[in-house]
Amino acid sequence: MIVLNNVSKSYSTGAPALKEVNIHIEKGEFVFIVGNSGSGKSTLIKLLLKELEPTEGSISVNGKILGNLKRSKVPYLRRDMGVVFQDFRLLKDRNVYENIAFAQRVIETPSRVIKRRVPAMLSLVGLSEKYRSYPKELSGGEQQRVALARALVNNPSILLADEPTGNLDPRNSWEIMKLLEEINHRGTTVLVVTHNREIVDAMSKRVITLNKGVVISDEKKGGYDYED
Amino acid sequence: MKISTFIYCLIQGIKNIKRNKLFSLASVGTIAACIFMMGILYSVIANFQHMIDEAKESVSITVFFDEGISPDKIDYLKGAIEKRPEVATVTYTSADEAWASFKKDYFSSNPELAEGFKDDNPLANSSYFEIKLSDASMQDSLVTFLKSSSGVRQVNYSDVTAHAITDFARMVGYISLTIIGVLLAVGIFLISNTVMIGIAVRKEEIRIMKLIGATDYFVRAPFIVEGIVIGIIGATIPLIALYFVYKEVVKYLLGQFHTITSNFTFLSVHGVFVVMIPMALAIGGGIGLIGSVITVRKHLRV
Repeated sequence: MIVLNNVSKSYSTGAPALKEVNIHIEKGEFVFIVGNSGSGKSTLIKLLLKELEPTEGSISVNGKILGNLKRSKVPYLRRDMGVVFQDFRLLKDRNVYENIAFAQRVIETPSRVIKRRVPAMLSLVGLSEKYRSYPKELSGGEQQRVALARALVNNPSILLADEPTGNLDPRNSWEIMKLLEEINHRGTTVLVVTHNREIVDAMSKRVITLNKGVVISDEKKGGYDYED
Repeated sequence: MKISTFIYCLIQGIKNIKRNKLFSLASVGTIAACIFMMGILYSVIANFQHMIDEAKESVSITVFFDEGISPDKIDYLKGAIEKRPEVATVTYTSADEAWASFKKDYFSSNPELAEGFKDDNPLANSSYFEIKLSDASMQDSLVTFLKSSSGVRQVNYSDVTAHAITDFARMVGYISLTIIGVLLAVGIFLISNTVMIGIAVRKEEIRIMKLIGATDYFVRAPFIVEGIVIGIIGATIPLIALYFVYKEVVKYLLGQFHTITSNFTFLSVHGVFVVMIPMALAIGGGIGLIGSVITVRKHLRV
């Protein structure tokens, strides 16, 4: 499903962000990527979204080799990957319903499908009552749930979560992680980049640890064994 | 593009204008000013052209024949002249017709004076062709042709009029093209700036769209719609203003300057606007399209 083969990435400054990374993630897996700041976690997410190109090596997602993918095909790659961020990245001038529907509109989904899918997603993330609220009227946890609904509304096979609990209190963090686990149980491959030691240790999932761009451990049912 | 997508892009484009009210208003205002000036320029040029056309119609060449020329030869000459592309019409006036016309013009108040010439046409050798030109700039070559034709005694023409009209028309054309070019460039620059600000304001939204999987054209279309709508609004406002201004100015000129207006006529409002409306809308929309496409290509890497 996701294969990184000897992937290295250096920025123009010359500093290597990733060095000869080899990762193989199967369909339906739940994987934590951990490591301190500058370890290359965000670079990894950007490479998977084809926002960046690797300096060396190859990446394939759902059988598509990203290096061979034409620029015009990148949107279609991204449609199969939902993304959530630490800062939620919701559109502040649109309400909850419109934020979720937006993800469907941009891929030209018919209105009748949008009207069916958005309420289903709101129900999944437990925000059916707040569909008219604007982001500023929601708590951090609620905003992240909207972001999650937006990432899932197009039914992607992969969900990338970049520090999804970074701005949340422990209770909301757990709620988000429970949702991610539920989404994973439904068949979506989930990749979570995090700093949250308690969550990683408690969930007992596969953990890939990066340090200075190098994979230093990859454990099937691992814990957060990296010292910040 | 799906109809729903088209409607979505249209709504987003209009929303962009609303979000970016101040700059959109500035762009609409400047384009309106540009097109208003273009409209005035066009009205002036169109009327000049109309007057030039009328003047051109008065530019004619008169050809007199050798004494005793046969009617067949005259017919042959007429045919040869009519074949030339710069010739609009050739009218033959016989000696009798010439004398009748002369009498009418000069002896109408004293017809008895003309009686002395009753049996002796003083214009016996003055049958002629009056040639009207479709292209006054070709007068010289036609005159050369006529002078070299056998049976032609004399060719009368006005060198100054034809050249002056041609030169004047050319000068008006160059000046107006230059002014229109400058105004177009200003319009494109302004639209480009407005769209650029719109892109900056919506940077985060564009980033999200890209990450969600929006195609290039889906991200770009609302900005292009924004440019075109601004351009078209910017063209519509001066068209309405020009409609009333033109009517009033023509009315004023007709009332105040009898000497000028007795020699020339102005184009009707319909005559001007039948060209100006599509031209202004196309220019407004075109400025919007070019300005936004340039900016989107330059500043919107998707």
